[in-house]
Amino acid sequence: MKPIEIAFTLNGKPRSAEVRPRVLLSDFLRHQMGLPGTHVGCEHGVCGSCTILLDGRSARSCLTFAVQIDGSEVETVESLGTASALHPIQKAFQEEHGLQCGFCTPGMLMVARELLEHHDTPSEEEVREAIAGNLCRCTGYQNIVAAILSAAAKLRAEKETTV
Amino acid sequence: MRSPHLADIVIPPSRQREAARSSAKWIGKSIPRVEDPKLLTGKGRYIDDLSLPNMAHAAVLRSPHAHARIIRINKSRAEALPGVVCVVTGRELSEVAASAVSFASPPITQHPMAIEKARHVGEVIAAVVAEDRYIAEDAVELIEVEYELLPVNSDPEIAMNATGDGVIHPTERESNVAYDETFDWGPVEEDFARAELVVRRKMRWGRAAGTPIETCGAVAEYDDANGYTVTSNSAFGNFIPWVLAGCLKVHPTKLKLIGVNNGGSFGTKVLLHKIIILTAGLARLSGRPVKYIEDRLEHFLNSDGHGPDRYYDAELALRRDGTMLALRFKVVDDYGAYLHFSVGTNGNPLAQVVGPYKINSVGMRLIAVLTNKCQQGPYRCFGAECANFVIERLVDAAARELGMDREALRLHNMVQPHEFPYMIPTGNIDDSGNYQAVLDKAKTLIDLPAWKSRQAEARTQGRRLGIGLVTCQERSVYSPTEWWFLNPVKTPGFALTSAPEGVQLRIDGSGHIYCQLQTPFIGTSSETMVTQVLCEQFGVAPGDIAIGYSDSHTGFNGIGANGSRFTVMVAGACVSASHRLKERLKRFGAHLLEANTADVEVVDGAVRVHGTDRHKTIAEIAIMANFFRKAFPDTPEFDTGLETTAVYDHPLATEPHPERKHLGIFYPIMGHQCHIAVVEVDEETGQVKILDYAAVHDVGTVVNPMTLDGQVVGGTANGIGTALLEEFIYDAEGQFVNANLGQFCMPSAHDVPHIRTAHLSTPSPFTEYGIKGGGEGGRMSAPAAIASAIEDALAPLGIEILQVPVPPPRLRALIRSATRPQ
Repeated sequence: MKPIEIAFTLNGKPRSAEVRPRVLLSDFLRHQMGLPGTHVGCEHGVCGSCTILLDGRSARSCLTFAVQIDGSEVETVESLGTASALHPIQKAFQEEHGLQCGFCTPGMLMVARELLEHHDTPSEEEVREAIAGNLCRCTGYQNIVAAILSAAAKLRAEKETTV
Repeated sequence: MRSPHLADIVIPPSRQREAARSSAKWIGKSIPRVEDPKLLTGKGRYIDDLSLPNMAHAAVLRSPHAHARIIRINKSRAEALPGVVCVVTGRELSEVAASAVSFASPPITQHPMAIEKARHVGEVIAAVVAEDRYIAEDAVELIEVEYELLPVNSDPEIAMNATGDGVIHPTERESNVAYDETFDWGPVEEDFARAELVVRRKMRWGRAAGTPIETCGAVAEYDDANGYTVTSNSAFGNFIPWVLAGCLKVHPTKLKLIGVNNGGSFGTKVLLHKIIILTAGLARLSGRPVKYIEDRLEHFLNSDGHGPDRYYDAELALRRDGTMLALRFKVVDDYGAYLHFSVGTNGNPLAQVVGPYKINSVGMRLIAVLTNKCQQGPYRCFGAECANFVIERLVDAAARELGMDREALRLHNMVQPHEFPYMIPTGNIDDSGNYQAVLDKAKTLIDLPAWKSRQAEARTQGRRLGIGLVTCQERSVYSPTEWWFLNPVKTPGFALTSAPEGVQLRIDGSGHIYCQLQTPFIGTSSETMVTQVLCEQFGVAPGDIAIGYSDSHTGFNGIGANGSRFTVMVAGACVSASHRLKERLKRFGAHLLEANTADVEVVDGAVRVHGTDRHKTIAEIAIMANFFRKAFPDTPEFDTGLETTAVYDHPLATEPHPERKHLGIFYPIMGHQCHIAVVEVDEETGQVKILDYAAVHDVGTVVNPMTLDGQVVGGTANGIGTALLEEFIYDAEGQFVNANLGQFCMPSAHDVPHIRTAHLSTPSPFTEYGIKGGGEGGRMSAPAAIASAIEDALAPLGIEILQVPVPPPRLRALIRSATRPQ
């Protein structure tokens, strides 16, 4: 099948690319766009490591074809902070030890971002519900939950200072 | 008093140089992890992030049959597909690659790709190398294979009696019983003869695996001049690279193995013998750099590391007053089609087979059966989790049969604080501990009396609320004797006794410290821990230290983070290296300060003259020592540079008895834990809800309480999965029916409750700073604790939980049969 030209916004920047119709978004982001932060754990839509935000909503990039992002906005873990200037959610994950091997982490960060975008005072139960579609084998989730609750507080404080 | 069969074991004196101390500045602090910034920003550099120029991609064809002769492979249609570089069969691969590693004795041959027979579903039959993974997978579909089906061995009881074509390795084993040996450690017969009560139970431990979120993979390149360079997420690259070179039929100097960060291992990625050989062989045959990354299905079907799959028949002999006398068991372990780590997973638990209890003798009959399933290999706890389950379940049963309180029965038999080091019948020792205090702390942490009254109240309302309590050992820091001491005495195989860990340490001209480790990061915070030890030694800050990794050409033996050994072992190597470099710093510094070496010390990042404020910082000395040779005397001790390699050997191990009357000291740095679980069982559905959970661990001196808690909570979650959810299901035809993350249920955020943790610290007198290992954490206890709690909840129905996992349908079946009208 012939490549198709697509145009999209990736981490805030307009981009275009030629991509074959059957290429998965996860492979496209990792290997064609050079963004290896989106991890592939199962390729059948269960583990959630490959979660990205597609027009602001979490999506499994392993169950999405790259051609489907034509005209859309895509955000990956690389849209958050950098090692020297971590995003408040990333900072909270470090402080609360919300990661061990780091493989599920990008997916967790992206669902946390989606949750906190819409809900700045989630309960523990709501946080657990939000991450229930993302598997972590290392942490037992406890510190991920703590990190997201702490990130919510950080983001609220940030909002108050900017107001 | 020590039993006569253990009389020849001499406990080696302690080699500890750094005692546990309360004044530590860095050890014992929950500093943020130094690994995190890269992992949080997508810069983790895992195996699939690696790409080489001109790299091709491999996909493999896997056997759909559990046991079948390969009659014919037609690869012409696959080869004709545009974009295919080559198609390789097992026979073709064998031209460049010999068999994979087997620690069994005599060995059982295993090829990374099947040659004559497929011995389990998912075994590799052929591989395609193509321009991209999509084309490679297309081509796999075009390979035609003609099979002759052979009798399938799925049930080990049936497999044991198979004959003819049912025998899986007919040239190497006459039957599918690969191993059947009986051992007595101490006077087992006598102890059972004097018993006043024998508690006997049959138990079942279901098969599962570590199941890291990242699968396994490798990137390999080969050319005549440089030989092989293979990057993989294996942890064993620096331990036995020459063995893998032998598998690849090249001189050891022509194989360079490089590690990368692991997206979790839990034992699964320890060796990766099949993937390394397969990918390297494909690179050589295709003439291209090749990447092969397992997909999730492949990881389920053909990983290195399916866990124990056991049937126990176990007996505990006691006196009427509750005194435990002897433990005896028969264990049948379904090892699958190969014996990768021999029967090591049944040797490991012998380090702590009697739990924290004083039991005089142990008898074991071990039968290892070969079946048409994926091989077993390492999985967090390496079989010791099963032994904890067996002893704790027997103790609960004994308490009931004796009419004794289960805590009282445990306390009556526990090793007392003044009895350490305490030798158990297999010859291993418990180096130190305070088991009674751990139990007390756990009861307080969860407020046990309050839960007992809530339970009483719930029972009046007809609710099934139960409390489980277990007191378990967590052996740490192994001697590799455990890999072979159960092998036949006359042919133990590769009877190695070294399991070292090394570091290379260097201070550059700017005074910064570079530490090179031998084995990759697997998630367990090893870089942070090493940073803390070095900060403690030199009095510097984490920002002054960088951690790197060697490859198999530049490094030294290192086995990595497995068997709860790494923190103890690498801390030992860091202490050795730091002591040496500090001697160098003192020599250079004393010269610059015009003082005697005997009058200076390294404190707070500087060489200081005792009793004065005269000092030179490490940076001031390092620039001179690295770049100004003429500032120092012209004698060899002032040669340029501040660097050293230090290797730490096992701190406390002895050899097994020649006839295995005992196994020697092989896993002695003994942690202890008490877990208390409170559950409610829904009688109608079999659903178990965990209402509260407390885990108190004693792993000696804690380097970083935050990361240790991470191990305890994560391990407990892992163990809850083992208890309630996780099981690899093979049907009678050897089909692995739930090999996906949808049907193999790992715990999600809804399945793991908040886990309360607390620690007691009984420092080891044998390790640096008194550290013990804690990496296998809660999985040592959680399965037994949850089983105990469910059993307690269902006590009015008389149901015993002697099997894990107990997912709702299985539990519901137990309830149904217990409540069925007679």
